[in-house]
Parts: sequence; structure tokens; C-alpha cells
Amino acid sequence: MLEVRDLACVRGDHRLFRGLNFTLHEGELLHLRGSNGSGKTSLLRTICGLMAPAEGQVLWQGKNTRSIREEFFNNLIYLGHLGAIKGELSAFENLRLAGQLAGLPIDEDSMLKAITKMGLAGREDLPTKVLSAGQKRRVALARLLAHNAKLWILDEPFNALDVAAVDLLKNMIADHVRVDGMVILTTHQEVEIDTGKIRHINLDS
Amino acid sequence: MTEPSLLTACRSMLGRDLVLAMRRRADVLTTLIFFLIVVSLFPLGVGPEIDTLREIAPGVIWVAALLASMLSLGRLFSDDYQDGTLEQILLLPHPLAVIVLNKVVAHWLVSGLPLVIFSPLLGMQLGLNAESIGILMVTLVLGTPVLSLIGSVGAALTVGLRGGGVLVSLLVLPLYIPVLIFGAGAVESAAAGLGVEAHLSLLGAFLAMAIVLAPWATATALRISLD
Repeated sequence: MLEVRDLACVRGDHRLFRGLNFTLHEGELLHLRGSNGSGKTSLLRTICGLMAPAEGQVLWQGKNTRSIREEFFNNLIYLGHLGAIKGELSAFENLRLAGQLAGLPIDEDSMLKAITKMGLAGREDLPTKVLSAGQKRRVALARLLAHNAKLWILDEPFNALDVAAVDLLKNMIADHVRVDGMVILTTHQEVEIDTGKIRHINLDS
Repeated sequence: MTEPSLLTACRSMLGRDLVLAMRRRADVLTTLIFFLIVVSLFPLGVGPEIDTLREIAPGVIWVAALLASMLSLGRLFSDDYQDGTLEQILLLPHPLAVIVLNKVVAHWLVSGLPLVIFSPLLGMQLGLNAESIGILMVTLVLGTPVLSLIGSVGAALTVGLRGGGVLVSLLVLPLYIPVLIFGAGAVESAAAGLGVEAHLSLLGAFLAMAIVLAPWATATALRISLD
């Protein structure tokens, strides 16, 4: 369970939002909306712990995430605007490294399966710098499949993806929510994700 | 987290940075070639008088090593920052200082160690005797990791800033002074036939202190820079 209490975010002299409260339970999807500059990315980064909250706190299973960093990070995958893909490494190496760094057991089969599912079969050994923007994004998304983190935090995950990949990602999100996962995502487009518990927060209001 | 997974993470962090450096060999070679060229310029500028060269050799080699090591600092975090990997490193379920230490070790292996390996060549070029060259290598082995460690704090503070490279030199160069004094001092003492234990012990002490404090400071600086 992820709980956000009285959260405020300040960038420079500008207050983006204040007094934000919500609770996200297992098996729920939270869709964040807001105009450009309304603080969506800042909110996601604050929840992750990359940014310190100006006020308020973020609780994971009832405990402040800043005091249980390692336990919280163990349950979290954050996918930002930047894909965190190393251009010199192949898709396969990128995935394996992400797993090893997170201290997860390395299961080559499930990594290959993730790469295949993302439609990158046959390209897993190319350095990712020669891939297209959409393909790089697919490599980044393959991380979601290769790790089994409970909480997915996705910042504009549908950017640069083609229609087929958008559908694929929607299905991945729906599957994850169905097995009691939690997802927080931001998009500008309407997304219809086939899952019962979808909640919306609009940062403009 | 259990301990083995932290070990796995450390090993793969170290391995990753070494693999990346090998696939981007030009970056590694620039540091080394810079070092070799700067030292080689001195005989041309100062004149080929071997006594003069021998006298300035420890200082010249050490200053060149210092500048070369600073030149490579920009790469320590900036690439990871630009492609978003640094964010992911901050979100690893491990103590950040330990991960950072591994990054710095990898950085030293590709930018500091080559300087140590090629220093005898430069020592000979400037007319140092065998004993002084030996001491020079020992001081570089002890000193260049300190440079990398102190430099990592500066690099972390300036990551993501425009013109960060110049700022790093302003932040870090003053902190390099003690290492320079005792590193070059040891070689000078050896050339003059005096004892070098005191210099080496102090360099060792700097190294021990830097290993304990610098990764922690770097980790904090990274969190601040990415805030």
C-alpha cells in the first residue's frame, strides 16, 4: 500500500501543488493528469524518493519511504523520460545489468522472453545506440517484464511507441494490476486500460 | 537486502563501467595521452639540461597526473546522468555509497592505473634514477585513487550543470594540493637520498580517509544534484 500524505512540491520559487493526499492499494492503477508543468513528473520523482518533498510524506506499507529506502526500492520500478539504456550495451546486456544491479537473480530465459515479447527478438545483441527511439523505449519497457517489482511508476510510458507497442504496454499494465500490482502513470492521451480499479488525479484542479 | 545480492550489484557495477570504458576506448586513451604529452612538453620548454629536468621531474609528473585525472572526472557521472541511468542507480536497493565506491574504483582502473603504469617511462625521460622511479610509482599508486575519490565528490556536485567541467576544477584542485605536496615530496626526498616513509604514510592516510569519507559525500552530493 502506498500512501501520500499532505504532499507539497516546490520547484524554485514556484509551488506546483500542495496538500496532495491519496492512497493506492494493491491491484489499483492511478492515472495522473495535468497540463504541461503542472508537476506530474515532480510528483512521480517525489514518490520515488529522487526528490525530497517540500512538505508531507510518502508511506510504503505504513512506513516513511525515506527511512526504509532499500526495502521500498526493492518493490519499485521507475521509468522516467530517459530510458536508462546504455547505448554501448546490447538490449540483453542492458536488461541483465539492470537485474544484477537490483540484486535480482539472473534468469536468462525470462529476459529473453521479455525481449521477445517486446518485439526485439533478433536485435537483442545489437548495441542499443543503433536502435530507433521506439525500439529503445521497448528495451526500457522490457525491464518491467524482467523484474517483478510491485509498484510501477511510469512517466509518459506511451511516448515514442507505435500502435502495436501501445497495445502491448496497455496489456502489460492491465496484467500487472490484475495480479495485485500497483501502477502510477502519466499520459496526455486518454488511455483505456482494461482493468477495474482505475483512479484519476488531476493536478490542475 | 541480503549480502550476496549487494556483492552481485557491486561486481556488476564495476564490470559495467569497465565494459563501457572498453567500448569507448578513445575516452580512456585521451587521459593517458594528455598525461604523456604534458610531461613531454617540459624538456622542450625548459631545455634539455638533464640536471634541471631531474630536479623538476617529480613535480612535473605529479602535476600532469593531477590534471589528467581531473580531465577524466567529467565522464564519471555525466554519461549516466544524460541517459537516465544515474536515476536508476539512485533507486537501487543498496547503500548508494557502496555503489559509488565501485564506480570510483572502475574509474581509477581506467584513468588512474594507466598513469601509474606509464610513469616509469616519463621518469626515465626526465632523468630520474631507478630508485626514484620506484618511489614515484608507489606515490602514484597511493595518490591517484585519492584524486579519483576526492574528484568524485566534485563531479557529483556538478553533474547536470552546464560548464560543470570548469567548476569541477575550481572545486577539486585546491583539495588535491596535499596529495601533490606529499606525492612529489616523496620522490624529491628519494632523489636526495632522504627517507620517504613519512610522505608515504601520509599518502596512505589520505587514501584511507578518502575511501571512508568520499563515497559517502559523493552519494549525498548525487542525491542533492538530482533533486
